[in-house]
Amino acid sequence: MDFNFTEEQDMVRDGLSRLVREEYGSETRREVIASDAGWRPEIWAQLAELGILGMPFSEEDGGFGGGAVDAMVVMEEFGKGLVVEPFVPTVVCAGGFFKHAGTAAQKEEHIGGIVSGERIFAFAYAEPRGRYDLADLQTTAKKDGDGYVLNGHKAVVIGAPWASHLIVTARTSGEQRDKDGISVFVVDKAAAGVVTRDYPTFDGRRASEVYFENVSVPADALIGEEGAALPLIERVTDEAIAALCAEACGAMKVANTITLEYSRQRKQFGVPIGKFQVLQHRMVDMYTEYEQAVSLTYFATLKLDAPERERKLAVSSAKVRIGQAAHRIGQEAIQIHGGNGMTDEYAIGHYFKRLTLFDSEFGNVDHHMKRHIALSAG
Amino acid sequence: MNLEFTPEEVAFREEVRAFIEENHPKHLEGMGNREDMTPEDMTAWHKILGKKGWSAPAWPVEYGGTGWSPTQRYIWSEENARVGTFMPLPFGISMVGPVIYTFGNDAQKQQHLPGILSGDVWWCQGYSEPGAGSDLASLKTTAVRDGDHYVINGQKTWTTLAQYADWGFFLCRTDPDAAKPQEGISFILIDMKSPGIEVRPIKLIDGGYEVNETWLTDVRVPVENLVGVENQGWTYAKFLLAHERSGIAGVARSKRGVEKLREIAANETIGGEPLLSDFDFARKVSQLEIDLAALEYTELRTLAGEQAGKGPGPESSILKIKGTEIQQRLTELTLEAVGSYGTPMYGSIADVRSNQYPIGPDYAQHSAATYFNMRKTSIYGGSNEIQRNIITKMILGL
Repeated sequence: MDFNFTEEQDMVRDGLSRLVREEYGSETRREVIASDAGWRPEIWAQLAELGILGMPFSEEDGGFGGGAVDAMVVMEEFGKGLVVEPFVPTVVCAGGFFKHAGTAAQKEEHIGGIVSGERIFAFAYAEPRGRYDLADLQTTAKKDGDGYVLNGHKAVVIGAPWASHLIVTARTSGEQRDKDGISVFVVDKAAAGVVTRDYPTFDGRRASEVYFENVSVPADALIGEEGAALPLIERVTDEAIAALCAEACGAMKVANTITLEYSRQRKQFGVPIGKFQVLQHRMVDMYTEYEQAVSLTYFATLKLDAPERERKLAVSSAKVRIGQAAHRIGQEAIQIHGGNGMTDEYAIGHYFKRLTLFDSEFGNVDHHMKRHIALSAG
Repeated sequence: MNLEFTPEEVAFREEVRAFIEENHPKHLEGMGNREDMTPEDMTAWHKILGKKGWSAPAWPVEYGGTGWSPTQRYIWSEENARVGTFMPLPFGISMVGPVIYTFGNDAQKQQHLPGILSGDVWWCQGYSEPGAGSDLASLKTTAVRDGDHYVINGQKTWTTLAQYADWGFFLCRTDPDAAKPQEGISFILIDMKSPGIEVRPIKLIDGGYEVNETWLTDVRVPVENLVGVENQGWTYAKFLLAHERSGIAGVARSKRGVEKLREIAANETIGGEPLLSDFDFARKVSQLEIDLAALEYTELRTLAGEQAGKGPGPESSILKIKGTEIQQRLTELTLEAVGSYGTPMYGSIADVRSNQYPIGPDYAQHSAATYFNMRKTSIYGGSNEIQRNIITKMILGL
C-alpha cells in the first residue's frame, strides 16, 4: 500500500495550481462564463501543451503513461478554481471508451485528437426520463447497410456546445430498460440530423439537449461490441465519477478555506464571528467532511481497476458520501457567510452551486446508495 | 499510489494469521464484552504477545516495538479483528509507555517498560476528577514535597479497571500558585498498593463495574516516580492524549462488527423476509459501511503520514470523533436489529442459555449492554466536543 504521489504528479499539481491561480481568478472566470463562448479554448491549448490532456493514456496510445491517479490530481486542482473546460467529458469519458474498447484506428484518430487538444467530446448518455439508469434508453441505433441510423433525445449533455464529437449510448436491440442490446457510438456533431439546443448551467458550464433525427453513422462509429456495451459504459462512468469526486474535493477545500477566512474578517457583536464556538464546531465538521471525502476519493480512484463488484462498491461509496459532504459544506458555507453568501459577487456562491449540482451527475446519493445496497446483498 | 500488498506483506499476513491461529486461546475468541471476562482473560493475549515481542507494534524498536510498517500494523489489526482477540488494554501500551520512553529517565524505563510490554503489570489512569472532566486542567489533587517523597491527596474518578491495577499514572498539582492552571501540574507514577489509596467501583448504566472512584489520602510516593520535569505534566498529558486518540478509531473491529450486523440482519425477519432485505434498514447499514470506509482510508492516510515522519498530530482528533461515532452507530443498529430481544437483562438471568428454555438468540445477549456501554466513547479520551476545540485551535487556527 502506498499513499504517496510521484514526483511527476507533484509537478503536475504545482503547475496546474499556478495555471489556475494566474489564469483562472474568480473575476476572469465570471467574465468567461458570461461570454458568448463560455469557455477558453486558449486554456485548452495550454493544457494540451503541458501534456495534461495526454496524461491518462498509455504511451502506446499516444499518451504519457499515466492513469486514474493522474486524472485525480488534475481534477482536484480544477475543482479549486471551478474550471469549466471539459476535461471529464473529453479525456476521462471519451478517452476512456477509446482506451478500453477502441480499435487501433479509433485510438489513433480520437485519442490522438484528444491529446493534441484538437478534438473535444461530450458524453450523451442521459435521457429525459432515464433518471441515472444507464440502461434506460429510448435512443435507438438501427442497422442500415454497413452503418447505423440514430434516433432519440439526450438530456443535459454537459459540454456539448463546445464539442466537435459526441459519444452516444443507444439501443441496438431489446426493450427500454434491458441490460442487453446497448451500444456506444462516436458521432461527429456536424453530422446531418444532429440538432442541439444549447444553454448555460447554474454551475457556469454549458450543456445541450441533443436530438438525433435519422443520423447516419458509418460502421466504424461503433465503439466496442454491438449490443453488449453496458459493462463498458459502467466502467467509464465509474472512472468519470472518481474524477468528479476529486473535483468536488478541490471545490470543498476552497469553500472551507474562504469560509474560514470570512469568519476571521467578519465582525459581529464586536468580535470576529470565528470566535463563536457554535460556528467553530460547524467549521470543524466541514473540515472533517472534507477529509472523509478525500479519503473516499482515494479509495474509489485506487479501486478503478479492481474486479467489477469491488470497483462499483468503492465508487458508489464515494459518490454517496461526497454527495452528502458537498451538500453539507455548500449549505454551511453559505450560512456562515450570511447575506453576503447570497450574492453573486462573493466567490462562495459559485462553489456552492457547483457542489450542489455535482450530486446529479452520474447518479445522486440515493441512486448510488441503492447500488451499494444491491451489491452488498451479494 | 496503490493498494496492492507486496509479496512480503502477503507473507506477513500469513505469518501473523498462523500465529494467532496457533496461540490465541480459543475460549476467548470473539470476547468483546469485558463483563464476561475475568482479569486473567483480559491480559491473556497481551501476555502471549509480550513473550512473542509483539505487544507494542507502535513503539520504537529500541524500546520493544516491532518495527512494522503502517501497512503491517494495518494487517495486524485486521487479523486480530478477524478472530475477535481482546487486544492489550491501552493504559500501559498506548498511554503511559510512550510517556515513559519519551520523557522518563533511564531508571524509569528499566523499571516499567518490561512489565508494560509483558502485560505482567496492570496500569490505570488517574486523570479526571469529580470537578475536572473536560476542563481537566482545573484538577485539584495535590502532591506536596516532603523530603524524598510527595504526599498526595485528592480524588480521581473514572479510573478504568483500577480494581485490578498494580500501578497508576496520575496528574497532580505540584504548584498551586502557578500563573495558569495548566502550569503547576506534574505526571507521577504511583504504586496502587501504597497505603492511603482506596478504590470504589461505580455501577454503570450497562450494569457493569468498569470504572472507579479513587481516593488518595496522604499517599507517600518517592520523588523518583515523577516523570520528566516537575510542573510540566500538562505537556506529557497532551502528548499522551494524542497517542491515545490515534488508536481509538477501531476500524478493523468496526469492520468485523458490520459483518456481524449483516449476519444478524440476515437472520432476523420482517414480514417473513430477512431484515437485511428491508430497504430502510439496509440503507442504514450501507451508510454505516460507507462512513467506515471513509474512516478507514483516513486512518491509512494518517498512518502513511506517520511513516513519513509526522507524529500523531491534531488530525488524530478526526479519527477519535469519526471512530467513536461509528462504533456508537454500529451498536445502535445492532440493538435495533435484534428487536425486542434487546430488552432482557441477560446478565442477571441464571442459566440464560438453558437448552430447554433459552432466552433469545445468542447474538442478542450483549446488544443492549454494549450499546449502553459505548456511549462512553464520545465522552472519554477528551470528549468529542473537546476534540472539535482542538481542531479549531490547531488546524483551523481560530
